[in-house]
Amino acid sequence: MAAYFIRRVFGAVLLLLIVSAVTFAIFFLVPRLAGQTMDQLAAQYVGKDANPDSVAAVKKNLGLDQPLYIQYWDFIRQIVVGADYQFGPETTRCDAPCFGYSFRRHVEVWPQIVARVPITFSLAIGAAVIWLVSGVATGVVSALKRGSFLDRFFMSVALAGVSLPIFFTGMLALTTLTVQWPIWSDGINYVPFTENPGEWAWNLLVPWCSLAFLYSALYARLTRAGMLETMGEDFIRTARAKGLKESQVIGKHGLRAALTPIVTIFGMDFGLLLGGAVITETVFSFDGMGKYAIKSVQDNDLPIVMGVTLTAAFFIVFCNLLVDLVYAAIDPRVRYS
Amino acid sequence: MSEVSKTAGAPGEVVPAQRSGTEDTFLSVRDLRIHFQTDDGLVKSVDGVSFDVKPGETLGVVGESGSGKSVTSLGILGLHRAAPNARISGEVWLDGEELIGADPDHVRRLRGQKMSMIFQDPLSAMHPYYTVGAQIVEAYRVHNKVTKKAARTRAIEMLDRVGIPEPGKRVDSYPHEFSGGMRQRAMIAMALVNNPQLLIADEPTTALDVTVQAQILDLIRDLQKEFGSAVIMITHDLGVVAEMADKLLVMYGGRCVERGTAEQVFYEPQHPYTWGLLGSMPRIDRDQTERLIPVKGSPPSLINVPDGCAFNPRCPYADIPKDDITRTTRPELTETGNGHFSACHMAQEERTRIWTEEIAPKL
Repeated sequence: MAAYFIRRVFGAVLLLLIVSAVTFAIFFLVPRLAGQTMDQLAAQYVGKDANPDSVAAVKKNLGLDQPLYIQYWDFIRQIVVGADYQFGPETTRCDAPCFGYSFRRHVEVWPQIVARVPITFSLAIGAAVIWLVSGVATGVVSALKRGSFLDRFFMSVALAGVSLPIFFTGMLALTTLTVQWPIWSDGINYVPFTENPGEWAWNLLVPWCSLAFLYSALYARLTRAGMLETMGEDFIRTARAKGLKESQVIGKHGLRAALTPIVTIFGMDFGLLLGGAVITETVFSFDGMGKYAIKSVQDNDLPIVMGVTLTAAFFIVFCNLLVDLVYAAIDPRVRYS
Repeated sequence: MSEVSKTAGAPGEVVPAQRSGTEDTFLSVRDLRIHFQTDDGLVKSVDGVSFDVKPGETLGVVGESGSGKSVTSLGILGLHRAAPNARISGEVWLDGEELIGADPDHVRRLRGQKMSMIFQDPLSAMHPYYTVGAQIVEAYRVHNKVTKKAARTRAIEMLDRVGIPEPGKRVDSYPHEFSGGMRQRAMIAMALVNNPQLLIADEPTTALDVTVQAQILDLIRDLQKEFGSAVIMITHDLGVVAEMADKLLVMYGGRCVERGTAEQVFYEPQHPYTWGLLGSMPRIDRDQTERLIPVKGSPPSLINVPDGCAFNPRCPYADIPKDDITRTTRPELTETGNGHFSACHMAQEERTRIWTEEIAPKL
């Protein structure tokens, strides 16, 4: 088990390095291949009032005159040891982990990301709990009562949930619950958990439900399919032949086996969400990772785009690593192969 | 839920005079019918089957795939109830209790305790996520109020009894860490952990290689002697029943076509289908250049079972009885010898003649 764990962690780190190299290449190599000179690239960092001197200074400062592999090495190195940026006479220290410095906004990238992760995380965790519980529960009931009215009803709702985009359901919920029937009369605003947990949950409730509606629909269908398959397995027949109660047959033998693919998908979905629930954040005006990513892309703010991309990649890789470990705990056959 | 109804006086079969659940029979099945309603039509998986099993006795049930062997056994255990489209009728008497009309929860309590089952493929029949020990412990604790520790001791004892080396260690292994034969031993340990008086073995050796097959059969026989259980051995391997069975039931198209002691069915078979089975069995004492005699054609669809005798489209003697009776009337199971029943329209003398003059010499 320990060897398996170490192997997986090692693989995850390697994957992150590859992702960073590819991301780096997309932002720095592709423009160069497309014919953009380093002066033009540097000019983007300077901003509107670019004069040749400041462009040259930025170019040198960012190491854009260096070969690409040196630039990449510097990028990785500054994550680990930090970096110093010089603006004329003064030097700005960017502590590790340093993901660069936005010359547009004159801020370090990392603290900006750190400030936004909790918002996106709050959004994702609550929605995940809701969709897992409701999705799996309706999926199981649908599978056990296949063909019944309840099954058809749940699956119709699920179809609607999959089909309706979040900017529709979210907007609808927002206008209905803040304007039409003003239950959230002051609008929905993010309150940090550390400040007031009650307000935190109350304000997040509507975004959670909007986001969870989409996912629980998906999970209900997945669970239903998984349960239908599992309940036809031979080991279910064995469990019944032992004289187990039907509730034990379903819970202990059926659901446990049906849940494994759900765990896999959940890891990916949750990792992806942590990188930014773009539409939900935009609809509810939450200043999370997703909204920040969109904004920095629109502003052409390269260091921030790099930082956000790598953070998102980290969450996905990390969640998948967790899934692999959980998987090994659930399914003993995985540990040895 | 399955539709439970009792129909007495089944057409097409003479119910033996012996009354259900009396004397020394432990299991008595009367006119069991299990039908499944599907989109394509009514699948008559089992269509009127009756038999008795005494304690310590082994009944072999043989027939092709889809002849209703396994469904019969699931019907006895009451496991068809899991299928919402199953319709079941008839009577199953276990130790003086009728099970078909009984409360499902009562039948559940009997399952695994008074009657238990071992399955064909022990790899898929055991849950991959739980240790072998945990699964045996579970089977024991459903029916016995004991501590986990006591149940574990019992599980190790059973693993030891079925011949698994180092049972104290292997009890914590997962099914995939066992070999095929070991898994089937573990499966047997699980089925026998509550000392059931009826053991149904559904093709217990089909998934195993030949050397292991013999060991598993020996094990079942030893355990049967030790516990005095009644055993139903479902198989399509005549070699297995020849070795194990006291009585035989030959099934075709969801019906019983011949029933009797093993000697009667092997040495004086009365049904053309049984002749076909015997003729298609490879034998080591036969000349290799001789061809096996296959039963021509394929098993009938259980939705459209042929009218009359279900075997008539494949029967080489279908034209012997007069008036096309084999294609219009379902033959009744009639006694031709002491406890030897068969369902064929041909006169008994005719069948005895064909067997002794035409079939037996070629075997």
